[in-house]
Amino acid sequence: MARRLPRKDVVVVGLGWTGSIVALELARQGLDVVALERGPWRDTASDFNIGTAPDELRYAVRHDIFLRPRQETLTMRNNPSQTALPIRRWGSFLPGNGVGGAGLHWNGQTWRFLPDDFRIRSHMIERYGEAIMPEGNHIQDWPVSYQDLEPYYDKFEYVAGISGKAGNIKGEIQAGGNPFEGARGRDYPTPPMTQGYAQELFTKAATGLGLHPFPRPSGNLSVAYTNPYGCSMAPCSYCGFCEWFGCANYSKSSPQTCVLPALIREPTFEARTECEVTKVNLSSDGKTATGVTYVDAEGREWEQPADLVLVCAFSLFNVRLLLLSGIGKPYEAAKDEGVVGRNYAYQTGSGSTAFFEDAKFNPFAAAGSLGVALDDYNSDNFDHGPHGFVGGASITSAHTNGRPIRYHPTPKGTPAWGSAWKKAVRDTYQRVTNVGAQGSVMSYRNNFLDLDPTYKDPLGRPLLRMTFDYQDNERKMANWMAERCDEIAKAMGAKTTQLNRLTGSWSVVPYQTTHNTGGAIMGSDPKTSALNRYLQSWDVSNVFVMGASAFPQNAGYNPTGTVGALTYWAVDAIFKYLKSPGPLVQS
Amino acid sequence: MRSWVATLRGAAVVALLGMPGVAVADPDNAIEVAHGKALVTAGDCVACHTAPGGAPFAGGLALQTPFGAIMTPNITPDDATGIGTWSADDFAGAMHEGRRPGGAYLYPAFPYPYYTKVTRADADAMYAYLRSLAPVANSVNRNTLPFPFNIRLSMIGWNALFFKRGDFVPESGRSDEFNRGAYLVEGLGHCGACHTPLNAFGANKADYFLQGNQIDHWTAPNITNDMQTGLGKWSVEEIVQYLKTGQTRTSIASGPMKDVVENSTSKMADADLKAIAVYLKERGAAGLSAPSPLPATDARMRVGEAIYVDTCAACHMRSGEGVVHLFPRLAGSVIATQDDPSSLIRIVLTGGRGASTDATPTAPAMPSLGYRLSDEQAAAVVTYVRNSWGNGASPVTAEMVKALREKVSAARE
Repeated sequence: MARRLPRKDVVVVGLGWTGSIVALELARQGLDVVALERGPWRDTASDFNIGTAPDELRYAVRHDIFLRPRQETLTMRNNPSQTALPIRRWGSFLPGNGVGGAGLHWNGQTWRFLPDDFRIRSHMIERYGEAIMPEGNHIQDWPVSYQDLEPYYDKFEYVAGISGKAGNIKGEIQAGGNPFEGARGRDYPTPPMTQGYAQELFTKAATGLGLHPFPRPSGNLSVAYTNPYGCSMAPCSYCGFCEWFGCANYSKSSPQTCVLPALIREPTFEARTECEVTKVNLSSDGKTATGVTYVDAEGREWEQPADLVLVCAFSLFNVRLLLLSGIGKPYEAAKDEGVVGRNYAYQTGSGSTAFFEDAKFNPFAAAGSLGVALDDYNSDNFDHGPHGFVGGASITSAHTNGRPIRYHPTPKGTPAWGSAWKKAVRDTYQRVTNVGAQGSVMSYRNNFLDLDPTYKDPLGRPLLRMTFDYQDNERKMANWMAERCDEIAKAMGAKTTQLNRLTGSWSVVPYQTTHNTGGAIMGSDPKTSALNRYLQSWDVSNVFVMGASAFPQNAGYNPTGTVGALTYWAVDAIFKYLKSPGPLVQS
Repeated sequence: MRSWVATLRGAAVVALLGMPGVAVADPDNAIEVAHGKALVTAGDCVACHTAPGGAPFAGGLALQTPFGAIMTPNITPDDATGIGTWSADDFAGAMHEGRRPGGAYLYPAFPYPYYTKVTRADADAMYAYLRSLAPVANSVNRNTLPFPFNIRLSMIGWNALFFKRGDFVPESGRSDEFNRGAYLVEGLGHCGACHTPLNAFGANKADYFLQGNQIDHWTAPNITNDMQTGLGKWSVEEIVQYLKTGQTRTSIASGPMKDVVENSTSKMADADLKAIAVYLKERGAAGLSAPSPLPATDARMRVGEAIYVDTCAACHMRSGEGVVHLFPRLAGSVIATQDDPSSLIRIVLTGGRGASTDATPTAPAMPSLGYRLSDEQAAAVVTYVRNSWGNGASPVTAEMVKALREKVSAARE
């Protein structure tokens, strides 16, 4: 039986990027805010000593800062005709655990989606006609425009200190930046990172091909920076321990470096770690949340009443919490009805590996967001007519790391062990680079999330079930992109190249990306979205749900920039809500 | 961050206020209470009168002195265990004469040789503020010193030798601002208690006022206007910035000064901080003359440089310039070049944490390197830092590192 605690104004579920931002903004209004975080407390000073932080075995192999499958996992299948089985070791994606969430272990690539991405359905049909839309798609316009979000993208970039070069300031195209980007109010807060040799070759080759390369916007900072919250960051030392690691140098944008130092000074803020929220509690009519129930590290159950419940966990777990709490109608693919679990999407990866005869790429001098990218093939920046697919990809030359255990690329056909493998690693390490395409994934009727009928977590609650596969549209797009990457790789002077295509069904085993989106999407119609344009639940107006779970489909970019922008956009809406509680959009 | 437990405790304290028989402040002295709060903050009373994890001002911290540990008393207005029964005269007697009600002698770990300069009006305001706090019952053993130091009457002799009772007297010919600074530094701020060397009796050496001292195995640096190891190269604005935010471009408060900044100076009025800075800059300079730097070819320097490049340069930079707000600049650092290298050695061995203030919340950490640097290696890298980029200070030996390592390891147990 849960014991009831004194009421709070706001309860925040999950203390990552979105949770820490909303907590700080609301605590600064004088509201009593409690954040409940399932994992442990983590901060740079206590947890990420420079002598121990770059430990590939501990973090990248043994998943020290990630969720343990025994805490929670999900079941997975490729389509509704299959029986889903539990993921017993994380592979394709890696959910975080603890304060900072995915914002602690990410690479730091911080994009704005393109203006066309926000009205992709209308735009594609206007330009190409209905015929271009893939079979079984659920592609939806976003209920917000790029213009709506621009000031909030700006806010997040300045909190995170992002290093980049603007391509379009108030409609004026800027040399060296991304000419395809939406107009921004001002340049990035810090200049781009110093690029490596591979990026130099890529820039020259892409420019020669008539493309428009630019430095990738980076949450690994080029220079020292102090953000509007007073939190300070140091220049990146290019050590190449970003993704799957905490940064010991205060150089990677994260809740730890950018928000928490200010948040923990707020007298009305409190964090309770190792506390897992099991349910959002509802009033008897189901229209108002009364707080949450959670279980602490000792297994004791508590009820935390609150006026406002902000669901800020990782996208997949936001969806599961809504399903377990009975907030919003669960999506049923068979009937194509319901909203919670609808439009789960992911990301494609394809490209070309380039082997050089005589080069020295020094891949160990790297950073998670170091790289030069181009958007000529992203969104609708090119004519889709001849290709018959929807979507696009950002194409990048990057070295994120050259770490000793996992980074040893060898040409296809090399034995996996023994002296031939060792020789190939030795011969290849310095002479290989990659041109990669990170592509969009559209939403479909048969890609969705729901509760598993069989498998349960240690508390006896059903696991989330993921039904997902790449569709022909995505395969076509990703493979076309691989060829574009290959053209650039060859123009860079590669002796041989190897195409990395997207073939077959999605597999949960090899790591691909932790860009899991959708499931609690924002929209204009309560029949096809769980949240209104302010990330407010259509059904329970004192519940807001932050994060990439709100994306109606995924774009050809990393999600965090848009997650940050949506969070600040929602914070402004919550300020309005607080003055006059109730639905911000009438359904 | 408030912990879960702290919140519950906070609720309990609030609940106590509603209980009958509890002393509350007079209703009409709000201005005096506010003034008193500012003075109690300037005196950093909370630092010593709060046990780790304990209620503020309820005492129970073990102050380590060369004569043994002294437990600090409860100064909340609890009748049985605090100062609930004290009158304003009793409080002034403690502040000005180092005597408890009834005449018992206090030890000068309570810095009454400084507080004697606090005006009676200010002492009364502090009393009014302390009376406004919620009483906390916390009984503290006040007799922890070993024989013969447990004989409080021995303080009669000590007072005769080292204590000069008396109000603060402004220095004529100086600005009001200077004299305000002098009143704060020499009185309530009791800066000299840490920053002045002690004699064998534990009294500050008046002739060496503010010239630096070692305290708890940290170096409390020279804060006279000395060019080499003092504040000579710091502007008034930089001193104010340091006290307000815990850092300047060259320095970040850590060790005991981190607590002073967080609890006290960061919350003081800007005008008082400026007065302190003007006083420290104008009252004069004194210090040992610095030795000329060791040549870069010295064997210790070459070893030290190799370790520095490998272990330190990623943050503090090859040039020793550091990173603003995060990693202190070592080139020209007065901490690095103090005659007493304790702080520098200690921070290399055990690491440290910078101050967190509203203006500079990040509070960066220096990682502990003691686990992987031998005494010889630590000595070499510290010697290198003390003698590079224009710095010049005496070399550090492996024996000095070994001795400090033993003390700071023992202090943690």
